[in-house]
Amino acid sequence: MREFMRNKMAVAALVFILAVLVFAILAPILTGYDPASTDSKSVLTPPSREHIFGTDRLGRDIFSRIVYGARISLAIGFIAVGIASLIGISIGAIAGYYGGSIDYLLMRFVDIMLCFPTIFLILAVISLLEPSVVNIMVIIGATGWMGIARLVRAEILTLKERDFISAAKVMGAKDSRIILKHLIPNAIAPVLVSATLGVGGAILTESALSFLGIGVQPPTPSWGNILMDGRSTLGVAWWLTVFPGLFILFTVLSYNILGEALRDISEPRLKE
Amino acid sequence: MVKYIIKRILGLIPTLIGITLISFFVIHLAPGKPTDVQTSLNPKVSYEARQRLEKLYGLDKPIHIQYVEWVKRFARLDFGRSYLDDRPVSEKIAERIPVTILINFSAILLTLVIGIPLGVTSAIKRGKLPDKLATIFVFIGFSTPEFWLALLLMNLFCINLGWLPVSGIASLDFESFNIAGKIIDVIRHLILPVAISTFGSLAIISRYMRTEMVGIMTQDYIRTARAKGMDENSVIYKHALKNALLPIITILGLSVPGLIGGSVIFESIFAIPGMGRLFYESVMARDYPVIMGVLSIGAILTLLGNFMADIAYSYADPRIRAVREEAEA
Repeated sequence: MREFMRNKMAVAALVFILAVLVFAILAPILTGYDPASTDSKSVLTPPSREHIFGTDRLGRDIFSRIVYGARISLAIGFIAVGIASLIGISIGAIAGYYGGSIDYLLMRFVDIMLCFPTIFLILAVISLLEPSVVNIMVIIGATGWMGIARLVRAEILTLKERDFISAAKVMGAKDSRIILKHLIPNAIAPVLVSATLGVGGAILTESALSFLGIGVQPPTPSWGNILMDGRSTLGVAWWLTVFPGLFILFTVLSYNILGEALRDISEPRLKE
Repeated sequence: MVKYIIKRILGLIPTLIGITLISFFVIHLAPGKPTDVQTSLNPKVSYEARQRLEKLYGLDKPIHIQYVEWVKRFARLDFGRSYLDDRPVSEKIAERIPVTILINFSAILLTLVIGIPLGVTSAIKRGKLPDKLATIFVFIGFSTPEFWLALLLMNLFCINLGWLPVSGIASLDFESFNIAGKIIDVIRHLILPVAISTFGSLAIISRYMRTEMVGIMTQDYIRTARAKGMDENSVIYKHALKNALLPIITILGLSVPGLIGGSVIFESIFAIPGMGRLFYESVMARDYPVIMGVLSIGAILTLLGNFMADIAYSYADPRIRAVREEAEA
């Protein structure tokens, strides 16, 4: 912990992440504007005291849309990573613990999934189903678990040779109990690093999907679709595109810095 | 070596079959039929006409038979015909691949040229200002939504300043230029996509380089070289760098799917007629044969990339070469 506090960049990243979380949770209190209410009298107004990030072509307050959009974008980040971790941990643990042909088959499956450009798979599935928030979370999660599976498998391979696992086996513990109670909790550290980095990745993916027109659909605001809304008016109203983009950039950057800091702490090999 | 390569190629077959299975079944997850697109455009199409269309594409057969027939044609690189314009899918893909490869190849080269020195500098000056600046720089690149940066830069350089062409791969009067003019024209069109793609992938190479170099600098042979009185530059560039460069081959192989995937975004923004844009257009139109074709070709390109990286690595690393020759003997 003390080591973490010494890393000033990581502390700043954590503060930013928490601030955005608080913003998202307190959205209705923080902003006096409904993110969906239009105002024909103030269309495309530049940032001012009333609208600190300006308004869009329907007169909607951009700050309010960004704060409400944070709820959607962060939810997608967290839940997608949750799904990816769940799949990755299960597959990695089963492959590592049972070994043999189960391991071979599962790891071939991982290899195959890794061959597909993720965005191709996501595009194909989302456009064929429908771009609802839930579908987007599930598909980002379902295409992002392979790295976690490999990490967990590698951890479990070394852990299962350790004495406390043999002891558990001798005492007659069931496989499921050994995996759930003894192996997974000890293999969780690298997953935490990878999940932190994954949140940033999922937020980026959602925004890219919005760009392609198959992300979260308006009127529900997400950072990606607010940004894309401003695309047509970029020449006259830069604030529509610049502010949501900066929020994506700084949020993703913060998760990446935090993830790196966690990695440095969990891998003492890299220290001086 | 030949024996090793053959063994590796055989090992690719299960993965290849897996790739075809996944691409085939992903497409068939979809509710609605591909013939809907053609028939719904024209409400007068009769039930019989619809049946005829379905028969033509084999959609009336059970799914496993559709798969087997698809794989048979796949082996001959025949992906059928596009539902949209009835041209052979392989032809459509073949004419789009060169642009995508050109952009990605340039981006990879540029990433290496910038990323390796950045990573080495970071490692040597670890914890000092140059390391911190380089780290922040590559992290920002890694965290920036690429299409957003592309929009902003496009607005700046192409519209406000008018320095670069807005979109496409070549100017309208391309044919009237001489060779040098043509090359310059293409470079002017590709400079932004390549630069942005490079900015995004710098982090992977330079961070990897940094970690490798930091690890290597603590090795015994580095201490020996220093103890011999070798000057620090030779230690770094002759001894350390050579060993740190090896794993980059693997990283390059692994970055292929990301690059191919990224081309969907770049090619859409800059209106570049490559494979990514073809995929996007066919996904939007539910052009199943093209979707399946591009999905599989994308995965196979990745597989090839990894395979070549693997072979190159085992060729370049004397330790692996020795182990392999021993195993073959």
